[in-house]
Amino acid sequence: MVPLSWYIVLSAVMFSIGVFGFLARRNLLIIFISIELMLNSVNISLVAFSHYLQSMRGQILVFFVITVAAAEAAIGLAILIAYYKHNPTIKVDEINLLKG
Amino acid sequence: MTTPQLFFAYFAVAMTVLSLLVVTRRSPVHSIMWMLVLFIHIAALYLFLNAEFLAAIQIIVYAGAILVLFLFVIMMLNLKKEETAKKYQAQWPVSAGIAIILAAFLVLILGKIVVLPSLGEYSIEAVKTEGIMMTTGKVLYTEFLLPFEIASIVLLVAIIGAVVLAKKRIE
Repeated sequence: MVPLSWYIVLSAVMFSIGVFGFLARRNLLIIFISIELMLNSVNISLVAFSHYLQSMRGQILVFFVITVAAAEAAIGLAILIAYYKHNPTIKVDEINLLKG
Repeated sequence: MTTPQLFFAYFAVAMTVLSLLVVTRRSPVHSIMWMLVLFIHIAALYLFLNAEFLAAIQIIVYAGAILVLFLFVIMMLNLKKEETAKKYQAQWPVSAGIAIILAAFLVLILGKIVVLPSLGEYSIEAVKTEGIMMTTGKVLYTEFLLPFEIASIVLLVAIIGAVVLAKKRIE
């Protein structure tokens, strides 16, 4: 039997890698991918809790997280396309329209 | 180590390495391809946790829809000059430090977690008698009916928002 804490530790490590990608990369697409990575790591911990507590709620919550992740990816990429038409770069340190 | 623990060890090592590959590749296309492998591993881990429905959803929605959406966006952008530019921002050592501290903090706290003795009613045997679809559906359409409806509104807003944001401006 695999202990619950192993799943949670795996989820925590994946989340931290996602945080690193989010903070360190310059490419906006990879920042979006890092967000997806973090959402997925949280999903793993939710499913693990659901299994070990013998409850269905964790799995249902994962269902909603996937819904929100899909919506977030669609909107985020649409914003990216709209910005790229205006100013063709996807490096986050060069996107500084609000600086005035 | 028992066989399930060996399986889990493989998945843990593979998923950590794949996550690192995803965030460190230069080309977004390579990142997305590693992400695809990672999603298949996650789906296998869901099967390991008796969540068959979610394993299918993971493959269909994430690998089938979201990653394809990313690939379509890459196809629309011209990323030639990004491939020679620097990968990381100037503050990346600070970011790495934050991530390592966060990981150590979470592992130290969450590594000691144990299951409380008051278990729910959906044991593996109880789910087996009805099937995973029926149990999921029962919980989703009774206890979680309002969030389910709100999720449909979220998706509607996403559809309309994506169309409005990405369309040509009409003068």
